[in-house]
Amino acid sequence: MAMIPGTKNKMERNNINPQDLTMASDANQECFPSNDDLPTVLLHRLPSFNSPLKEILQPHFHLLDPADSPEPATSFLSSHAKSVRALVCIYNTPLSAETLSLLPSLEFIVATSAGVDHIDLEECRGRGIIMTNASKAFAEDAADYAVALLIDVCRRISTADRYVRAGLWQVNRDYPLGFKLGRKRVGIVGLGRIGFEVGKRLEAFGCSIAYNSRQKKPSIPFSYHANVVDLAEDNDALILCCPLTEQTHHIINRQVLEALGKEGVIINVGRGGLIDEELLVKFLSRGDIAGAGLDVFENEPDVPREVFELDNVVLSPHRAIFTPESLEALNELVFTNLKAFFSNKPLQSVFKIEGKDYPVM
Amino acid sequence: MESIGVLMTCPPPDAYLVEQLEKRFTLYKFHSIPDKAHFLNSNKASIRAVVGSASAGADAQLIHQLPNLEIVSSFSVGLDKIDLAKCKERGIRVTYTPDVLTDDVADLAIGLMLAVLRRLCQSDRYVRSGQWKKGDFKLTTKFTGKSVGIIGLGRIGLAIAKRAEAFRCPISYYTRTEKSDGVLINIGRGPHVDEPELVSALVEGRLGGAGLDVFQDEPIVPEELFGLENVVLLPHVGSGTMETRKEMADLVIGNLEAHFLNRPLLTPVL
Repeated sequence: MAMIPGTKNKMERNNINPQDLTMASDANQECFPSNDDLPTVLLHRLPSFNSPLKEILQPHFHLLDPADSPEPATSFLSSHAKSVRALVCIYNTPLSAETLSLLPSLEFIVATSAGVDHIDLEECRGRGIIMTNASKAFAEDAADYAVALLIDVCRRISTADRYVRAGLWQVNRDYPLGFKLGRKRVGIVGLGRIGFEVGKRLEAFGCSIAYNSRQKKPSIPFSYHANVVDLAEDNDALILCCPLTEQTHHIINRQVLEALGKEGVIINVGRGGLIDEELLVKFLSRGDIAGAGLDVFENEPDVPREVFELDNVVLSPHRAIFTPESLEALNELVFTNLKAFFSNKPLQSVFKIEGKDYPVM
Repeated sequence: MESIGVLMTCPPPDAYLVEQLEKRFTLYKFHSIPDKAHFLNSNKASIRAVVGSASAGADAQLIHQLPNLEIVSSFSVGLDKIDLAKCKERGIRVTYTPDVLTDDVADLAIGLMLAVLRRLCQSDRYVRSGQWKKGDFKLTTKFTGKSVGIIGLGRIGLAIAKRAEAFRCPISYYTRTEKSDGVLINIGRGPHVDEPELVSALVEGRLGGAGLDVFQDEPIVPEELFGLENVVLLPHVGSGTMETRKEMADLVIGNLEAHFLNRPLLTPVL
């Protein structure tokens, strides 16, 4: 088994004995604990989704991987997964109520993304299933990216880079001015881990930070707003960091966009479905908001053609958390959480499923 | 004050600035005058002030040709285009625009670091060109926690450090090591960097990337850089926001008015 570079030191700091991991790399099969002794974990993935997690988890858990079996998934689960207590959901493999019904003993789902809108949350809540996600592993990169997009939109970085590369600076010395970032009032939609990291960073730029979240967070010194329309009214930029649920679908609607106004900017590193995309495109094209930085879209990888003409929009192909650092942190988080679950120890990056409202993290 | 001649030696950097200068003084735009020598000969007596910028200021030769020059008011914080020694010798006052642009330049420096490490411009191109439909964009490098070296610990350097700290970046001051995964950001002046050396370091992969807002001979940008995906190129927009350019212009005007009304200068260098 290959060790992930850098993992060893990190794991030592977390009191995980690297011997537990390197044992597998010794080819001596007699030292291998039998599968019967290892806790069973179901790997839930689309066949095309290959993840290094399989290799990482294999020596430590009895892994069931229906995608690797010639047997159709439903019959595989019926035959082998009745007593499975823990499941790892790879990327955004859909996890439906139907599949969940084949897993009567399921207690714990480890999601490997920050967003969990591909999982039937209502069903999980009804069954009392505990869920962890990747927010803890991804929060810093996601926050960096949200800030990067905001600076890019305000200061026209991508547009200006295009301008210089096209040789236009030599033709016309004037380049349109951008907007100052400092002193901008920033409204964060969803103050979970990612939202908090965004706020922390932007404060250093002199921005004032406000937020909307399902619940007020008294320990965090940002200004709370009870709803997103008020947040949009009082702020110059909105940054979307919340999960996509029934409640938050199209949370950015006409009312919010009008409240944000002609000088408003919107940054989305959450899910495309948080914004009424067709409406946003109209607002951008007509100059009814000032600009947008979008890492996610309603129908990826399709992006509305109209935005390609616009200089005040920065587009990104859903990559906010895709760094080797985040992916390594994710692998560590998954491993740690599974170990913790099976030894009844506390879990990290728990995703609280709260009724039909969007959850507090 | 309408009879006071003000010579703008740089290409007009800002419409608001020009408008405000024309309201108060007789403004000459040197950049667009075809026969500069003839012009100077005819008008030198009336020119009592020069307004410059990052692109042009007042060198020894020009100062020598303006016997009645009293003040140079620069629309910039950089003073490299002004012969300060000559000004001091002649007793010519010099003002600049510190502080008002500190935040914008620092914001841009961080913006450039993020844009280079996270390949923001390239990602944007990837979507616009339709490539996303064919496959995912690659992984990029995390910014939080990376060590940042700042050369020049003035107002701007400190403002950059303050921002970088919010990203948990360990800060060090002055480094001169070549690192194949290092990224160079230049928001100062082009001549701080040996440009041909920088270009070959980037092309040969001896340097991991660069975010450049300034160049040796603006607006000329070495074309070898255009094809590099680990480089972000900007047309000297460090202070380029509506808010800041207005504040800079107000400082230039404020300094000139103060001088000609015998009041203390707002932001003097000399």
